[in-house]
Amino acid sequence: MERKIRVLVAKPGLDGHDRGAKVIARAFRDAGFEVIYTGLRQTPDQIAEAALQEDVDVVALSILSGAHNTLLPKTVQALKERGMADVLVVGGGVIPAEDIPGLKASGVAEVFTPGTPTTAAVTFIQEHVQPA
Amino acid sequence: MADERARITAEQERWQKALEEKTLVRFPEQKERFTTNSGMTAERLYTPANVTLDYLTDLGFPGEYPFTRGVQPTMYRGRFWTMRQYAGFGTAEESNARYKYLLSNGTMGLSVAFDLPTQIGYDSDSPLAEGEVGKVGVAIDSLADMEILFDGIPLEKVSTSMTINAPASVLLAMYIAVAEKQGVPSTKLSGTIQNDILKEYAARGTYIYPPGPSMRLITDIFAYCAEQVPNWNTISISGYHIREAGSTAAQEVGFTLANGTAYVKAALAAGLNVDTFAPQLSFFFNAHNDFFEEVAKFRAARRLWAKIMKEEFGARNPKSWMLRFHTQTGGSTLTAQQPMNNIVRVALQAFAAVCGGTQSLHTNSMDEALALPTEESVRVALRTQQIIAYESGAAETVDPLAGSYYVENLTNEIEQAARAYIDKIADMGGSTRAIETGYMQREIQESAYQYQRQVETGKRVIVGLNKFQVEEAPPQNLLRVDMSVQESQVTKIAAVKAKRDQAAVDRALADLKAAAEGTANLMPPILAAVKAYATLQEICDVMRGTFGEYHPSEEL
Repeated sequence: MERKIRVLVAKPGLDGHDRGAKVIARAFRDAGFEVIYTGLRQTPDQIAEAALQEDVDVVALSILSGAHNTLLPKTVQALKERGMADVLVVGGGVIPAEDIPGLKASGVAEVFTPGTPTTAAVTFIQEHVQPA
Repeated sequence: MADERARITAEQERWQKALEEKTLVRFPEQKERFTTNSGMTAERLYTPANVTLDYLTDLGFPGEYPFTRGVQPTMYRGRFWTMRQYAGFGTAEESNARYKYLLSNGTMGLSVAFDLPTQIGYDSDSPLAEGEVGKVGVAIDSLADMEILFDGIPLEKVSTSMTINAPASVLLAMYIAVAEKQGVPSTKLSGTIQNDILKEYAARGTYIYPPGPSMRLITDIFAYCAEQVPNWNTISISGYHIREAGSTAAQEVGFTLANGTAYVKAALAAGLNVDTFAPQLSFFFNAHNDFFEEVAKFRAARRLWAKIMKEEFGARNPKSWMLRFHTQTGGSTLTAQQPMNNIVRVALQAFAAVCGGTQSLHTNSMDEALALPTEESVRVALRTQQIIAYESGAAETVDPLAGSYYVENLTNEIEQAARAYIDKIADMGGSTRAIETGYMQREIQESAYQYQRQVETGKRVIVGLNKFQVEEAPPQNLLRVDMSVQESQVTKIAAVKAKRDQAAVDRALADLKAAAEGTANLMPPILAAVKAYATLQEICDVMRGTFGEYHPSEEL
């Protein structure tokens, strides 16, 4: 049987707004992905460590605190340090359009902003991940 | 009365039959089932036959039990609600400038937004604060920052609401200390601390300590303020964030009032008399999109709380029965698409809050789905309140929607549904237990997911988002918080630490530790530590050492 796509949904930083993270986690699960949710207040290192332990294909970061320019690149870096440069990193939250090019340059594959249907994130992952 | 009701019922049946046989055949309705925003059934028509109401028992008169019609006898004819815009970002200097701008534009009370490190008890130089300093609110590390935040603002004249929960004691102590330096005694201070830890566990996420010691910190504040800061709202029991996290209107009321009863029980267990602390309890609700449902929600919440306080807790002071509340328009209803449309959403939501009898109101700004609001958009939000106050007519009479068959019916239904949640939570052993087992979180998540599904399948139309879309250029002129805030805060902390009397700080922190390990009220040692310029994190770390930290079990 084909292995399912494994996704770590994570909340980097101190942000407590997890409505989006939980909704997207459930949408991923309904789409047939295996989903692990970290819970709140994860440092980039903790997220990368969880990604390694869980052997995920995708790390989906939800952030609404405005700290995305610091925490998203750091999470990408922490994944690279653990030899997981091939893991697909996506982000979502209140992220101004002008910040997106910089985040993509740092290694975030895509950023989903408020109002994006969950199906857009599902489709993006399906198109960009071949389960190992 | 019974005769009249029977006649109306008979006539309504006749009308219904004719409608089904003639009109609906040619002009079918748009949907099979119509609902409120929260999914409660909305019937085609409400008449006296649909509403069970005993006027004197269920509604009564404003300023009197059960307060369905409002907590004050004359409501806005005496004084408008407090127009209070939640604000704060960057450094204390920048936020102080924004407060002065708001006050000069006619805002009537301040509402302080703190950054996340402050809300979770970390200083700006903590590694965990990286990237977060000054982002969602102002960074406050010590009394020195608080002195700057309120510089030139007379604290005996302005009321200040502070959205602070786990470290509420510390920020309240800083406020008292700043006032003292301005020559204002604590008895003259008015304002609110949010101080509602249960909804932090359930929906908002800025907890520090486990439930037991958190409840002790809260009841210590109740006891301290009853004597020292009598005009202070010691807690703002909040449904706002529960609703933002996705709950329905009935869940918002049910979970919030269940949490309210948990605080009352904790205070009683700590030996306080209900009528000494209950008049200082306040509430905080959301104003969402469905105007009628929201008006009914506020009225239902007032009636239900009055019954709980009088009948279940035996409070005798009418002030203990009153549910006084702040309202904020629903942030999660704002769209990033066509942001100008949000002005209209906010106006309708704010109108509901006023028609529902709110005591104070924050109106969101049109650009908040994108970033923190600019001065211009904050002004439009404030002007929205002023237009409602001066131009709409809503403030001219008390509880203007009372007697609407629809609104009265919704008020009854929301009260019953909320009551059912409160009873269910009581059966589980109370709010703390219902949160520890994840019950409230699961209920909220389920509602949030259903809402999202309805939006994505087009069953629920959000104008500009899933219907009536346009191509838009990315928004311009968003407010950005300078990355240098963290550096300047780190420099300030170092300066404060170099200048203060370290021995006095050490003594104050040792006293706090002893109090935390014992049973003494924690407010006096926290106030002493604050005055010695101990930092927020130093104070919170002492309590972390004694109380431990809360670690939720996450489930999806």
